[in-house]
Amino acid sequence: MTLPKVIRGRAWKFGANIDTDQIIPAKYAIYSLDEKELGKHAMEGVPGREGWAAQVQPGDILVADSNFGCGSSREIAPVAIRGAGISLVIADSYARIFFRNAINMGYPIMQSPQAAEAVEDGDELEVDLEEGVIRNFTKGDEYRSEAFPKFMNELLKMGGLVPWVRQRLQERRVAAAR
Amino acid sequence: MGMTMTEKILARGSGRESVRPGDLILAKVDFAMGHDLTIPPAGKIMREQMGAEKIWDPDRVAVTQDHFQPAKDAASATLGRLTREFSHQMGVKWYFEVGQGGICHTVLPEHGLVLPGELVVGADSHSCTYGALNNFATGIGSTDLACVLALGELWFRVPETLKFVYHNRLQEWVEAKDLILYVIGKIGVDGARSKAMEHVGEALKYIDMEARLTITNMAIEAGAKNGILEFDEVTREYLEDRAKRPYTPVSSDPDAEYEKVFEFDAAAVELGVAKPMSPDNYAPLSEVEGTRLDQVFIGSCTNSRITDLRRAAAVLEGHKVADGVRLIITPSSHQVAIQAEREGLIGTFLAAGAAWTTATCGACLGGHMGVLGEGEVCLSTTNRNFPGRMGHPKAMVYLSNAAVAAASAVTGVITHPREVLKKMPAGIA
Repeated sequence: MTLPKVIRGRAWKFGANIDTDQIIPAKYAIYSLDEKELGKHAMEGVPGREGWAAQVQPGDILVADSNFGCGSSREIAPVAIRGAGISLVIADSYARIFFRNAINMGYPIMQSPQAAEAVEDGDELEVDLEEGVIRNFTKGDEYRSEAFPKFMNELLKMGGLVPWVRQRLQERRVAAAR
Repeated sequence: MGMTMTEKILARGSGRESVRPGDLILAKVDFAMGHDLTIPPAGKIMREQMGAEKIWDPDRVAVTQDHFQPAKDAASATLGRLTREFSHQMGVKWYFEVGQGGICHTVLPEHGLVLPGELVVGADSHSCTYGALNNFATGIGSTDLACVLALGELWFRVPETLKFVYHNRLQEWVEAKDLILYVIGKIGVDGARSKAMEHVGEALKYIDMEARLTITNMAIEAGAKNGILEFDEVTREYLEDRAKRPYTPVSSDPDAEYEKVFEFDAAAVELGVAKPMSPDNYAPLSEVEGTRLDQVFIGSCTNSRITDLRRAAAVLEGHKVADGVRLIITPSSHQVAIQAEREGLIGTFLAAGAAWTTATCGACLGGHMGVLGEGEVCLSTTNRNFPGRMGHPKAMVYLSNAAVAAASAVTGVITHPREVLKKMPAGIA
């Protein structure tokens, strides 16, 4: 799975310290192996956002303030957001395990305090993943995203940790056969 | 340039002389843990997507059935079955079935499976708990766990270290939980985001290993990557008859670099709570005394070890749970339950009118056995009170230590334990 170069969609704006139990309440962890079902309940625990997942159009973009995804290590948090049809998450900052999980899944996320501050619910965005530029058509603004370390970009580009592990296992098999 | 304990462990794991904050490294893992919610996806990713047929070292993996077990419904039973099958097929040496283990973060320390100087990962955010035993321990996701199970190694970003120095001693009634809630209240739920929290100072010398585990358990509630304590006589004694492998403690160099040093007077810390709806919403107990409660929960990897249960029992002895309130007590492991039975604590709980359950995460994450309804107010010895954590998004959760929880169950409102018990008996205070 390779990432698209440009993503266009409507912004859904969330606040600070949205924790994993709000992103996907723990009771839905019984659907840990079912991304579609998880997607139906994404962000259901955020007060005032009940029924949100049903309004999301494929390609939409989730924008949040600081410390997005704090709390649990459950990977079902980014899985549920992807399952809801969100193509990209942009936040002021991320809690570390959510950040790792997204990168490991090869799921595109961006860090942009500028965008987090300026973007409002309903804004139309176009994001150039390679250039790290976020254009806001509704406001006529443009924001930069912060660069990730090289290794993380490589993981994202190759589709996450799965292909990386496959490659490494193969190297070990070759080495063992020698 | 010197290194912190965290940096030393990560340097050794990555086979380097030294590492600096910000370095991205590939490091060997000494021990890994997963449970009934994280093993099923990790096992599937490892076998079906990564193409690995076996795990890197069955002796260095623990699996617990603790989150939704004993199964709360048919879907959880399936997750339990997948967890069981994977563990047996892979030959996982440290597999803990329902009725034999309990909550991972109590089980691993009590079985001596996570040791000083080691690099430990767990597919659960509270895996940072193990750092009280002088190791680097951090929470990871399921794809991460699949990688570790397949290869025995994982990528890390070396964290900056924040040093927390606690001068003097905690006062009567004040526990490790009050201290860590106070600290999180000061720095916020993202105050240590992706960083290491190194806890040192005189106050820690006087507290036992169980209380120390409470402090590192809540590192994640400040957003930290790990929490770590120094090795001392308390650590050595705790591990004496438990450690399953030889170990090498680590200490920070005198010239190690810290991003920031926080100094606290432990003697000035009062009994406290985290108010709804965030673990950093700290308040001294005096500010919330009298708050009416529907449920009191004593449980979780944070505060339901034997010392917590002893203090709760001392408070409850000869008292009844107030009308209109329910008290649920969930020991954090099967060993804790056995010990509570030996000491007669369970009899005290049952006589007081408490519901005593099997060892499980249960109500802490709104799983089962104590899920909250709309508008209900709960005082809980757990770690997290974001909206919806224990059930309905409009339920209100206060976090406290176990003695405060027990006293509040007796009166039905948030209460200082001295209102119910004159003095905590020597030896369990």
